[in-house]
Amino acid sequence: MSVFEGFKFRKVSSVVHNLDPRVKFFFVLVLFVMAVLFTNFLALLVLFLVPLPFVFVAKVNRQWLRSLRGAALLAIFIFATNFIFGYFYPTSLSGITQPVDTLFEYVVLLERSVAMTLRFVVLISSFSVFFLTTSPDHLGLALQQSHVPYEFCFAFTTAVRFVPVLADEAQTIMDAQKARGLELERGNLFKRVRNYIPILIPLIVNAIRRSLELAESMESRAWGASKKRTNLYELKLKRADYVLVVISVLMLICAVYVWLFVPVPSLTTLLSL
Amino acid sequence: MLEVKDLFYAYPTGLEALKGINLTVDDGEFLAVMGQNGAGKTTLVKHFNGLLKPTSGEVLVDGVSTRDVSVAKLARTVGFVFQNPDHQLFSESVEEEIAFALKNFGFEETVIEKQVTWALNLLDVLEYRKTSPFMLSGGERKRVALASILAWDPNVIILDEPTIGQDHQQKEKLQQFILQLNAQKKTVVVVTHDVEFVAECNPRVILMRQGKVLVDGKAEKILTDPELLLQASIVPPQITQIFLELADFGLPTDVIDVHVATKVLLNRLRGQS
Repeated sequence: MSVFEGFKFRKVSSVVHNLDPRVKFFFVLVLFVMAVLFTNFLALLVLFLVPLPFVFVAKVNRQWLRSLRGAALLAIFIFATNFIFGYFYPTSLSGITQPVDTLFEYVVLLERSVAMTLRFVVLISSFSVFFLTTSPDHLGLALQQSHVPYEFCFAFTTAVRFVPVLADEAQTIMDAQKARGLELERGNLFKRVRNYIPILIPLIVNAIRRSLELAESMESRAWGASKKRTNLYELKLKRADYVLVVISVLMLICAVYVWLFVPVPSLTTLLSL
Repeated sequence: MLEVKDLFYAYPTGLEALKGINLTVDDGEFLAVMGQNGAGKTTLVKHFNGLLKPTSGEVLVDGVSTRDVSVAKLARTVGFVFQNPDHQLFSESVEEEIAFALKNFGFEETVIEKQVTWALNLLDVLEYRKTSPFMLSGGERKRVALASILAWDPNVIILDEPTIGQDHQQKEKLQQFILQLNAQKKTVVVVTHDVEFVAECNPRVILMRQGKVLVDGKAEKILTDPELLLQASIVPPQITQIFLELADFGLPTDVIDVHVATKVLLNRLRGQS
């Protein structure tokens, strides 16, 4: 469940926390697009470094690290698939011919697999920074002011808001079943997947039950009674927000320019120089 | 026997929940753990079956450190009934629900059959044998959860808030039931806020406050000490409150049992007339 830790918002105030969520989201989207544009190790390494200042300024490094650690298993999986498939179907990689046998070819393959894993890590990392520094309320407000219908905004904020609740509940359920002798790490792969049934069923049943209760309590507080809602807080762009917009746009332009016209050298070519 | 030695526990979030607990629970003892919300009661008892491992210090179950054995092993001797039955019920029928733990422990088919029937009878849910646990009422679900633990006849039984959400009649039954278990030389540990319930059972009580044991002793000593109780955010039982207020008339101040109280008052009245 630790992968959810990275998405748990804690109310603190910092330059990063106070940024407009729309701007922050735009920034994360730019990172996302850039990560998808490049398959090159060095470019992705640079992309990995970009959100780091935000992590440290917002002082969310511990939670951020925890979410990365939570994603480690998936990252290893991505690395392995890339490596194995690259090994058997290497034609998609430049400079390699089947079969992969020289040291050079192995290094190219390795670099490519690491780059793909890094791409995933960049995505997890930047989204984690976004969620760690943006309160669900702000997020909902941002959606609303972007003229998304209120029902959707509400559904979205509620979903985000309930992630940590669900994570906590999953932990309790796991404890309860362990106390009845359930061993999650026992048996072969098939058995291990089946071991999660006693955890998933109560989790889902409780989630449905809770959503029904939530619906009832909302209706009893006149949800949807008035068509035009007013907000206590309004989002307004400040100077720092404009700065981040400019940075994001510049980053995007640079990235597209590099992608089109500048061949980024691969680590292998750099090293062989 | 449960031995807790210098137990400190901090959650991964850094929250220090237990700060130096020393405690011994002998075989066949009946212990109530009381204290305000967040005092560390549940955290403490989760150490008894190894769900949580000490940050420092030690917890020994029958002389074996909980660090050295799995929860599944410990669960065989220490049964833990969670507060909310919805955190554990998942099977298609009550019968299967109760058999779940027995299968995990590797009991034989015939033994499972016998134990399930025994547990169903014990908690008065035999008629629901083939019913889905999700169709039952709150009180019944709680009893099924309890049955699913008692089915393997553990020597130590931990109950987390057993009286919550039970009507008076069920509570009475539960009390009889717990006392009966205790009479059969089972060790019973109850985590509760329910003073009246504790007053009627008159077990050994430990009061907890901010991760420490405030006091340890018989219920009639602790529940009649308003100063102590105030620190743990508990009010004395109602009968004790009356007797404390009437202390000027020479009434004893250590009464927690209604029947004892009646006797004292009757003697007093007879003496006067």
